[in-house]
Amino acid sequence: MAEGNRAEGKGAAWEAVIGLETHVQLGTASKIFTAASTSFGDDPNTHIDPVVCGLPGTLPVLNQKVLEYAVKASLALNLQVAEHSKFDRKQYFYPDLPKNYQISQYDQPIAEDGWIEVEVAEKGKETYLKKVGIERLHMEEDAGKLVHAGSDRLAGSTHSLVDYNRAGVALAEIVSKPDLRTGREAAEYASEIRRIMRYLGVSDGNMQEGSLRCDVNISVRRGPDAPFGVKVEIKNMNSFSAIQKAIDFEIARQIKAYESGEPVVQETRLWDEGKQLTKSMRSKEGASDYRYFPDPDLGPIEVSPEQRQSWLAELPELPAAKRHRYAESLGLSIYDARVLTDERPMAEYFEAAVAAGGDPKAVANWVTGDIAAHVNANRLSISELPLGPAQLAEMVQLIEAGTISGKIAKDLLPELLEKGGSVAAIVESRGLGMISDPAAIAAIVAELLAAHPEEVEAFRGGKNKLQGFFVGQLMKRTGGRADPKLANRILSEQLKG
Amino acid sequence: MGIAEWREQLRRGEVSARELTDRHLARIAAVDPTVHAFLEVTSERARADADRIDAARAAGEPLPPLAGIPLAIKDNLCTKGIRTTCSSRMLENFVPPYESTVTERLWRAGAVLLGKTNLDEFAMGSSTETSAFGASRNPWNPDRVPGGSSGGSAAAVAAGECIGSLGSDTGGSIRQPASFCGVVGLKPTYGRVSRWGLVAFASSLDQVGPFSSSVADAAELLQVIAGEDPRDATCLRAPVPDFSADLESPIKGLRVGLIRECFDQEGLDPEVKASVLAAAAQLEALGCELVDVSCPRFNDGIATYYVIAPSEASANLARYDGVKYGYRAPATEAGSDGLAAMTARSRAEGFGEEVQRRILIGTYALSAGYVDAYYRKAQQVRTLIRRDFDRAFESVDVLLTPTSPTTAFPSGAHAGDPLAMYLADLLTIPANLAGLPAISVPCGFDAQGLPIGLQLITGVLEEPKLLRVAHQYERAAAVMATRPEAALVA
Repeated sequence: MAEGNRAEGKGAAWEAVIGLETHVQLGTASKIFTAASTSFGDDPNTHIDPVVCGLPGTLPVLNQKVLEYAVKASLALNLQVAEHSKFDRKQYFYPDLPKNYQISQYDQPIAEDGWIEVEVAEKGKETYLKKVGIERLHMEEDAGKLVHAGSDRLAGSTHSLVDYNRAGVALAEIVSKPDLRTGREAAEYASEIRRIMRYLGVSDGNMQEGSLRCDVNISVRRGPDAPFGVKVEIKNMNSFSAIQKAIDFEIARQIKAYESGEPVVQETRLWDEGKQLTKSMRSKEGASDYRYFPDPDLGPIEVSPEQRQSWLAELPELPAAKRHRYAESLGLSIYDARVLTDERPMAEYFEAAVAAGGDPKAVANWVTGDIAAHVNANRLSISELPLGPAQLAEMVQLIEAGTISGKIAKDLLPELLEKGGSVAAIVESRGLGMISDPAAIAAIVAELLAAHPEEVEAFRGGKNKLQGFFVGQLMKRTGGRADPKLANRILSEQLKG
Repeated sequence: MGIAEWREQLRRGEVSARELTDRHLARIAAVDPTVHAFLEVTSERARADADRIDAARAAGEPLPPLAGIPLAIKDNLCTKGIRTTCSSRMLENFVPPYESTVTERLWRAGAVLLGKTNLDEFAMGSSTETSAFGASRNPWNPDRVPGGSSGGSAAAVAAGECIGSLGSDTGGSIRQPASFCGVVGLKPTYGRVSRWGLVAFASSLDQVGPFSSSVADAAELLQVIAGEDPRDATCLRAPVPDFSADLESPIKGLRVGLIRECFDQEGLDPEVKASVLAAAAQLEALGCELVDVSCPRFNDGIATYYVIAPSEASANLARYDGVKYGYRAPATEAGSDGLAAMTARSRAEGFGEEVQRRILIGTYALSAGYVDAYYRKAQQVRTLIRRDFDRAFESVDVLLTPTSPTTAFPSGAHAGDPLAMYLADLLTIPANLAGLPAISVPCGFDAQGLPIGLQLITGVLEEPKLLRVAHQYERAAAVMATRPEAALVA
């Protein structure tokens, strides 16, 4: 009987076993084995040369920048980088593959055996940390793209065209261990991979343009001790939410199949975003024979311990480390730490403001609140914001010192975000400083009470709610500049009479 | 006359580059209908090249080392704007948009391109009979093959159609035809010469090298084509010595190893054996010491080669699919039968029988379930063969063998018997497997007046020593002074 039937053993609750193969396009300016450009979205076949097209007599030469990016990515994923590795030829005939073999790495990848820590956050559930194992990372060349006329697939098309612009773009294929258990975990894992690659600057991780592509392997079984079920591969998800939904759909489909006695077959399924379901693409029975062998055109890949060390030293602080530091040393909430570290420029902006003397929590509130909203709404880059981190720190310090009120700061912010400038200077020139002289406030309060004798009467008759009315009037008279604590205290004293 | 003498005459104006080129074009017109060394003669380009050299000389400009020297190029080396067919229907109309590194260096050195020479299809063969465009003939006897796969380049030099030529050597494809045609053929150290623009047969074995009528000329040609190339990751970054400088240094006291296993061959022609042993005696007379050495795995070379070379070839030739360039089978009468069928028909019609045989052998040897027994095992034996050489070179400076077990065989002699054909490379293959430089030098003639070749092999990057021994042997033996009459030989 098929292996899958053993997964049906009764008893324990169903558990999904999920692994991801993530293809990351490395963002080098030229291709992995030749100087042709990697630019995306241009006219078909404009970024090709004799090497890309596999013309007779041409030879591949490894782009050293690709090696650097791959090793840095490996180090960031805690992988063991091999001192000696090699390229192999993976052979199959397909017109998007100019040589009809792909230069890849088979049995000696550049790096093996690593892990990353993923924070799994889901609405209504407690956020938890999960360590996800990574089997390997290897370098390979991307294939070209087929454009099928008259259909979105080969089937049903009248003819097909090939665009080799993408052929030969460097890929890092990152293979996770089968450590993931839910769609959410898989989506968080993929998003953490993307975040790490963006932190390193080795890939833009743009899923819509295909710079980051995930294939999912998934099976279900009756509890952690049961043997693995039949593995199904899912492709064609171009967002993290699609990964999550495709997996959740597939888990339910497989469980239902086992429970109703239908076979789960080893196959590749495609996620249909429109219909929100997976459908069978091809059966994987009788695995393909790729006739791998070492590519004799490329010498051994050598990474000396010194080279590895120097690349390691160039790695930035990674998102997980930042999250821990923000939560533990800076006292931020898990949520704030997560939002601030999602993109490296925001984290760097935040850190610069804190370094300039801003209170971490206050800075975090401004950055994740009004500033993030402004940046997102206007599609800006936070690193180019006119309001620099030092100015934000100044503003936060002015609030803290009682020089301006939070309300004044909030009112000033749109202008600062547009034009920048020194907050202290603006406050000074426009007289926006907080009124914190008790005598001055007492005089204003006295005037106020004199102007509203009926309300004073009502308050003293027990209508305590009117305190709010007086606070509002006071703020109106002072243009919001009265020190709120002091104003409240003096108001209460005078109202009591 | 050698390249150095021609260079002097050209400099002194005793002959113009145009005269030299025209003389060779006339020779081609006279003999090539019989020899069929050339697939294409680039007369116009040759005359233009030559005129440019003459103009430069007239203007008093300094002339580069090969200025005005007419050469022929094996048609598996890409020449920009000039068809490069590999003697295959598959590439019958392929015009490369780029120049191979070796030819680029030759043109920069002032050499004149006479044309592209015939070869066994994709360099797979030992007789130049598998060419899709007709076999070449041996200038010493047109009923005999010139050897292969670089038969056209060897025959062109022997017939006086060019002063020198380039070939490629994967398992003996320079040395064996050099031996059959009575010329000098040098296979450099693997990586000494760039493979950029050489249409790949077996990438870990292919190496470009020169044919010439003397060892000194081989040194001149190697000088120009050798050296690192950023476009070939397997090209060595070793400095290029002056290969001509040491030709006259003493060879007295050098230890010359006779590989026992080569001389014990059953298939070794007694006349070849006697001639090569006489050559060894000549070296002894020059002060070398003869040493009997053993390379126990030497004779396993051929089995190893016929796994590794086809394996690599099966991948290298996968790109010829009828999609992007090269031969595409016409649609069937019933209309399109789909992509896979188009590719299959294009390959079945575009490749000849020997190429298809090797693709099948290689595909089989790399298939799941067989890769360990064939490809990986062959790689292990390759390592052992390399170690045999390493051990031998601990006690000797140069190894000596016959280049081929026989002299040139009659055309069609091995038709229908590929294994008999494969044995022609028995003695040359091990140097490819080990990446060693090796040269074939004429050492005599058999009773039928056919040339016999002597093979010398040295350690990696020891071309200066290899050329020195070969040059001094060549001069002392003066084999060509004893040559028989042959109508087509210059």
